[in-house]
Amino acid sequence: MIPVPHILALSAILFTIGVTGVIVRRNAIVVFMCIELMLNAVNLSFVGFAYGMESMVGVMFVFFILVVAAAEAVVGLAIMLEIFRMRNTLNVDEFNLLKW
Amino acid sequence: MLIFFYLFAAAAVLLALGLIVLRSPVYCAMSLVGTFLCVAAIFLLLGNEFVAAIQVLIYAGAIMVLFLFVIMLLNLRAEVGKPMHIGVPQLLGVAIAVGILAQLISVFFSAAAKLGPLGEYSGQRVAEEGSLAIVGKLLLTEYVVPFEIISVLLMIAVMGAVVLAKRRPQQHVEEGS
Repeated sequence: MIPVPHILALSAILFTIGVTGVIVRRNAIVVFMCIELMLNAVNLSFVGFAYGMESMVGVMFVFFILVVAAAEAVVGLAIMLEIFRMRNTLNVDEFNLLKW
Repeated sequence: MLIFFYLFAAAAVLLALGLIVLRSPVYCAMSLVGTFLCVAAIFLLLGNEFVAAIQVLIYAGAIMVLFLFVIMLLNLRAEVGKPMHIGVPQLLGVAIAVGILAQLISVFFSAAAKLGPLGEYSGQRVAEEGSLAIVGKLLLTEYVVPFEIISVLLMIAVMGAVVLAKRRPQQHVEEGS
């Protein structure tokens, strides 16, 4: 039996690496990949809890999170393509369309 | 089994670090694929072969191929050569992330201390019936409404992506002329 706190600690570390990437990196696609990493870390914690509590609810949540992650990736990448066509860059510091 | 867990955990953390350190987006994507595969192996060790399979199929397969296609479509070579800029904002960001890590670990360890087997799906029962059979049964009984709603969500996402990524007519005329 794998100790549940260790699974949760791994999930916390992966989530933190994702947060660091979102803050530090300036390339929009890499920022987006870091968000995917964070979603995956949350999935890992759900499965860890389901494993420790002998329940299936966590696994169902993972299923729904996966679908939402896929939808988010599709729409987000379409938006990114559109921004790249408009601005010709993927540096998140230069996306200031909503600033005034 | 424990050794394999720590092995895959270390590999997942190292590859995830590669995601934020490497400069080329393609290398970042490859390193993220590696992380997803390691996490899928951990799901397998936890006795959840269904989640491991959809992790490999959807995350490491579909989503990352989508990312690679977008990287290929957008010419990002200009940004590859630049060294990583480390200034005060970056260090502040790392400090914030470490704070979040400390908070998460403290919360997880306090909750995990109280955690016990509450549900009816023990590891033995899951192994006997197969996690795919249990997930399928639950999806079509207890969770049938969310299941239908996410199918609508997926359809909306596909339509939204098509509308967003489609070339505008006036752009088309400009490029054609």
